[in-house]
Amino acid sequence: MKINLKIWRQSGPDAPGRLVDYSIDGIDQSQSFLEMLDTLNEKIIKDGGEPVAFESDCREGICGNCGLVINGVAHGEKGACTTCEVRMRSFQDGDTVTIEPFRAKAFPIIKDLVINRSAFDRIMAKGGYVAVNTGSAQDANLLPVHKDAAEAAMDSAACIGCGACVAACPNASASLFVGAKISQYTWLPQGQVERSTRALGMVKQMDAEGFGDCSNHAECEAACPKEISIANISRMRREYTKALFAEQGS
Amino acid sequence: MNISSLQPSSVLKKLLTGITGLSLVLFLIAHLAGNLTMFAGPEVFNAYARFLHHFMHGMFIRFAEFGLLAFFIVHIWSGISVQLSKRKARPSRYAYAGNAGGPSKKSLHSLNMAISGGIILLFVVVHLINFKYADHDAIGTMTLQDGTVAVNVYKLVVQTFQGSFLLVLFYMAAMAVLCSHLMHGIWSAFQSLGATRPSTIPFLHATGIAIAIALAVGFFLLPLMVYLMRGTFDADALPAAHAEHARNLLESVIRG
Repeated sequence: MKINLKIWRQSGPDAPGRLVDYSIDGIDQSQSFLEMLDTLNEKIIKDGGEPVAFESDCREGICGNCGLVINGVAHGEKGACTTCEVRMRSFQDGDTVTIEPFRAKAFPIIKDLVINRSAFDRIMAKGGYVAVNTGSAQDANLLPVHKDAAEAAMDSAACIGCGACVAACPNASASLFVGAKISQYTWLPQGQVERSTRALGMVKQMDAEGFGDCSNHAECEAACPKEISIANISRMRREYTKALFAEQGS
Repeated sequence: MNISSLQPSSVLKKLLTGITGLSLVLFLIAHLAGNLTMFAGPEVFNAYARFLHHFMHGMFIRFAEFGLLAFFIVHIWSGISVQLSKRKARPSRYAYAGNAGGPSKKSLHSLNMAISGGIILLFVVVHLINFKYADHDAIGTMTLQDGTVAVNVYKLVVQTFQGSFLLVLFYMAAMAVLCSHLMHGIWSAFQSLGATRPSTIPFLHATGIAIAIALAVGFFLLPLMVYLMRGTFDADALPAAHAEHARNLLESVIRG
């Protein structure tokens, strides 16, 4: 099949970018979207050009590295999958596909479609972990966790930190990511010790990174490859409000 | 309380937007209920207006007006702040913007909250000039059946709406915009306050839209009906005109 592409090309962080037209023939329907881009790059290199820079690692939807805005939707219109899980069979022969990077001030473009997501790492460094010394693994039965709580914690922890929520949000807000990361610990006994400092610290860092305010569009949930619910954002707000009134050291 | 964290963070701003927004919706519900007394005639409507202005020796209305003003200011401030952060957070826009669909609640209503909010603010200014800051002395008074004297607000409302169809159109358009604002605003306030669960989000979203439509239709109807039903809404209606009309009707029915 033949695919027409409009790809965002930008040589460096401060260089001006623009959409460049490409056309590629002989694409197999069973190829993944990233394999299609690999094929394109081989062609570009053969022609002596500069290949399109894009990021990927696991190519099985768990690492959160690949993130492209395909036809205006983060990770493409299929939903509930990462860019690497998009197959070329979801396009028609002769389709024109627009590919842009995730756009947010807090995710500066490094080159072409590659962005710097270290803002997420800095948010995680403000509380996205359990700092108390837990020693070696203890008997599992010592820490009873309700089945529903375990399920809810896992639903939040399914976040792979890809940043599609930021890319999809009309305000470039990171609320779904931060909501999920705060939420996953609220359900578990290990998360209770730093519950308040976590909520306050991570929200403060989110604001400092320059992400936008949330307007409850819920577009993030729709774009999330792991289908993380905006109920996590609601929970983040409850945690934050409780933390405002909490004593120090909790 | 941790005072250092009281600087308005993005989450705190949402809490303020939600609290003030929901409070303003409660005000709208009370305001609509009050407006509907227009249909009961001048006696009831003027008595209601007089009650509002004399309740707690006039302290109630002053307290309520001050509260509304404060809530409006906070709501507008947080709304503008969200808009500004949005522009800063995404300096380069997408060449092609799509919709992810599915559970997304992104709509023309949710995307244009600042515009609809601005139009509502303009409407509120016009509305206050029309009624609150109208020349109440010139409009005259009405002696109610219990002997108390009330400003004839009924006459003011009827004259204002029957005097200009353009104004009626403006009110109706403003209520359509209010409907749009609330279609996203009501459910969004619950989400902003952290008062949602995965299971309640679809219910609150649907209920918010229903309340928005009900409120807008209620407010929408009054100016239109006052304009069209000139026989029913008479600026010079006497205090007991409606009561007398009802008695006459009853007598004619009894006489057969």
